[in-house]
Amino acid sequence: MTWLKTGLALLAFAVFSFQLISYGVAEQPYDPYAEQPLKNPAQENQAQDLMHTLRCLVCQGQSIADSNAAMAADMRAIVRHDIEKGWSPEQVRRWFIDRYGDWVSYKPTWSKRSWPLWILPLVILSGGIFLITRLFKREEKP
Amino acid sequence: MKPWLKWLPLVAFALCFVLFRLALSHPENPVVPSKQIGKPLPEFHLPAALPDMAGVETRQMKDGKPHFLNIFASWCVPCAQESGALMAMHDAGIPIMAIAIRDKPADITRFLNRYGNPYQAIGVDQGSQVQLAIGSSGVPESFLIDGQGVIRYQHIGAVTESDLPQLMTIWRQITA
Repeated sequence: MTWLKTGLALLAFAVFSFQLISYGVAEQPYDPYAEQPLKNPAQENQAQDLMHTLRCLVCQGQSIADSNAAMAADMRAIVRHDIEKGWSPEQVRRWFIDRYGDWVSYKPTWSKRSWPLWILPLVILSGGIFLITRLFKREEKP
Repeated sequence: MKPWLKWLPLVAFALCFVLFRLALSHPENPVVPSKQIGKPLPEFHLPAALPDMAGVETRQMKDGKPHFLNIFASWCVPCAQESGALMAMHDAGIPIMAIAIRDKPADITRFLNRYGNPYQAIGVDQGSQVQLAIGSSGVPESFLIDGQGVIRYQHIGAVTESDLPQLMTIWRQITA
């Protein structure tokens, strides 16, 4: 009976792994550069840094480096191809911003809409320093 | 210290609270409009998705006549919903070019047999390169292209019967 059990187990394993393989093939991205790193390690580092600061368009809370979405894979392939062609990361970022707006980039910029975000902490800090100095002056008096 | 000054932190806190409360009641808009409207189509040549139909290339859309460019996929559920409205545009004589995203000929054939074929040509974009180049962020999306190959309008999501009057108005504007 042992050989029967072993045989059945082997068959089950074969069926299971075949399904895994066919699933894997179906989900394969079209362009190998979606997953495969660039040959030049310096360029791959540039591409990786950039991918972590570009937003996935369909899964909106994630960067394209972290997302499993097919569109994020296609975007990674574009990033790697452009970096390989010799584009600077900021040129590639600009290419995406020209198509999807500042929204697509996680890198904060100084713009007409975002400058209060940079100024506000300074305003609050100076307000706090002002309050504290006034408070200490009062305690020195008596 | 002036007496009102000690209330300042509380007032600041209250202001922040109101600001955050208001911002939270307006969830982020998930629709990402293309910034390529008003710009010419990029140069591309997409191979035919089906053996018996033409592919899609920029040159075809610069022939002096406007075109309707539909981005779809056979695996996309809302794409099936727009078949009625697209067929109505086809019947009105509007040439509809299609870009199929990450798709297979057998699946596209099954999709068209089931929902009808309003398309004049279908190019297949396996790596979404053209889709990304024109600033489209999903399927289905549609673009109105004027006779010079300039993107004039973007419609995000399925085209429904209720979108037709507006699309036809813009179509007439770019045809004139």
